[in-house]
Formats: sequence, structure tokens, C-alpha cells
Amino acid sequence: MIGVGKAKQYANVLDKPLSRGRQEVSLSAFAFLFSELVQYNQTQVDNIAELERRLEDAGYAVGARVLELLCHREKGNRRETRLLNILSFIHSTVWKVLFGKVADSLEKGTEHEDEYMISEKELLVNRFISVPKDMGAFNCGAFVAGIGVLENAGFPAVVTAHFVPIEGQQRPRTTILIKFAEEREARFG
Amino acid sequence: MPPLTGPKSGDALFASVDRVNAELFTLTYGAMVRQLLTDLEEVEEVNKQLDQMGYNIGTRLVDEFLAKSNVSRCVDFKETADVIAKLGFKMFLGVTATVTNWDAEGTSCSFVLEDNPLVDFVELPDICQGLQYCNVLSGVIRGALEMVSMKTEVTWVRDMLRGDDAYEMRVKLTKQVPEEYPYKDDD
Repeated sequence: MIGVGKAKQYANVLDKPLSRGRQEVSLSAFAFLFSELVQYNQTQVDNIAELERRLEDAGYAVGARVLELLCHREKGNRRETRLLNILSFIHSTVWKVLFGKVADSLEKGTEHEDEYMISEKELLVNRFISVPKDMGAFNCGAFVAGIGVLENAGFPAVVTAHFVPIEGQQRPRTTILIKFAEEREARFG
Repeated sequence: MPPLTGPKSGDALFASVDRVNAELFTLTYGAMVRQLLTDLEEVEEVNKQLDQMGYNIGTRLVDEFLAKSNVSRCVDFKETADVIAKLGFKMFLGVTATVTNWDAEGTSCSFVLEDNPLVDFVELPDICQGLQYCNVLSGVIRGALEMVSMKTEVTWVRDMLRGDDAYEMRVKLTKQVPEEYPYKDDD
């Protein structure tokens, strides 16, 4: 498959001092890049669902690498295997590294046993994107949803992003819905 | 370094803008390049597309840069290059570039970057050897300068992904479109 490799010769990655991992770029640089990404994809697809899918794919790739990075750096090469642990790992550590803060909340869904939600008042990627009326429910959070960290950690799940309008707030809250597949049951007995 | 009255220094500028994790940025860029490679397949096409995207970004980026950094109009290309290297790169990518290799007329110079957040963790596979991974940067510079009436050509001279020791971009001013403000013939 054509693609750029994830890691340079391993010697380099291990040689880099840890502080390098905290390097930052300006928000606008990221926003510009992201908007170009979205615009490019818009030219390649015909409908919203496909656009969401492509953003999710991109986000998925990001998530795979983020997981590797974080496990190596923060946890000393151990990955969480239990459900609640991985969820709180995402909710705090992953979110903090990527977006600079922990996610606003992590909740358990009321309708189904295996649904959880992570919500965020102002999702970084949505900050600079305005959705034209005809795009309807399109959500750039699909990108984040694609950060299918869960999938890579071995928890098959379906992740989607939704706008949830909240009273008294101008912009709707973004909620990421995680629905675990039944295989999960086998893990915990 | 030319005196810049009023504007903040590079570090202060960078500290005043909102920032995100560089890794997110790097990984997003990597995902984008991957998508392009899968869609377009031809390395040359991808280079062109990256340059075009960079150009689009540059045209908008320059507005933000001018608004936030408060620099006065640059008198000549030399000053422009200095400003880009010290303030521009710093403000957006958090790294400074050095300007070297001026040619005799002062219309062509090189930006050397030792540190490039775009390429963390990246390695080029053999089938993509022609890929100019950082082509988006050259597009950004081209787009930004074009918005301030300077037509330029930007090429990559050295690329760490190909085994060189640094990133070097050669920027050549091809045409300066005269503007309302008085253009001092500086030497």
C-alpha cells in the first residue's frame, strides 16, 4: 500500500528527548491545514456520507499513530485492556495530548448497555468550520471520531460524532458516540 | 536584522497565538499526504496538489500574519525574507528558519530549516522517492508573497527525508508588482 512510514529508523525516535513531544504549532496553522484537507476531499466526493467517511479514514490513521506514541511515551509500552480504563485513557490522556485539555465529559448511554459518550463543548476542529445550510448534519467531528483509537487498542466499536444542541449555548455540543461490538462481552465474561 | 518598530519578536508572537500539539499537526498532514497518494497515485501530481494547497493556505495566512505581527511594510525583498524566516515560520510552525545564500542582485535566497514539524516520524518509502513531502510549505510562501505583490518561484534544494542534513528552500523573486506605496530603491 502506498503510504509514508510511521516511524523513522527506530534509533531516531528513541533518541529524541521526551520534551520534543510537547512541541507545538500555532492553532491557525492546524486550522488552515485542516480546512485544506476538508476542501480537497469535497472535490473528490459526491455526497456527505462519503465525505464523512473520508475524514474518518484520515482521523483513523492519526489515531493509530497517536496510540502507539502515547503508549510508548506515557505508559511505558503497556496498553490498557479493560474497557473503563481505555475509555478514561482516551478521555483524559489522548484528549489532553491532542487538544490540550481533557474532554468535557464521559458518560454512559442510558439506552444500551454498551454505549458511551464523550462530549466536548467546542471541538477544536469545528472551531473554524462553518457548515453551509445545505450540508445539514455534516460534522467535521467525523475526523475525530475516526481517531479510532479504540479500534487499534483491540476494542471493535462503531464511533460516530453528533451535534447535540444545548439550551442556552450558541453552538451545539459535539458528542462522540461509542458503541461497542458484542465481541467485547467475551473479554470480560 | 532590520529594525521592526512596533511588532513583537518571534517568540512573543508565538506565545501570543493559540497553539495545538505539533503531533496532531504532523499526523494530520501525514494523513493528508497519504490520501493524496492513494487518490492521485502519480508522485508528480501529488507534488503539484500539495503546492496548490499550500498556495491556498498562503494567501489566507498572510492576512493573519500581517494582522497579528504588526510589521511595517517591508522595504525590499531582503527584509521580507528576514521577516518570513524569523517571524512567519516562528509564529505558525514554532521554528525559525535562517536566511542564507543571497545572490548578487538580492532577489534570490535560501531558507534553511533544521527542524520541521511536518516531518516528524516520517520516512519515505522507495516508491515515493520523487515526492516532495514539504511541498506545501513552498506553496504557502509562494501564495503569501503573491498576496503582497511579489511573484516568486520556490524550489527545494535540500531535503532531510532524502538524506540531506537540513531542509533548504530556494526562493527567487521573479517579479515585483509595483504598489501604491513608495518603493525605495534600496541597495
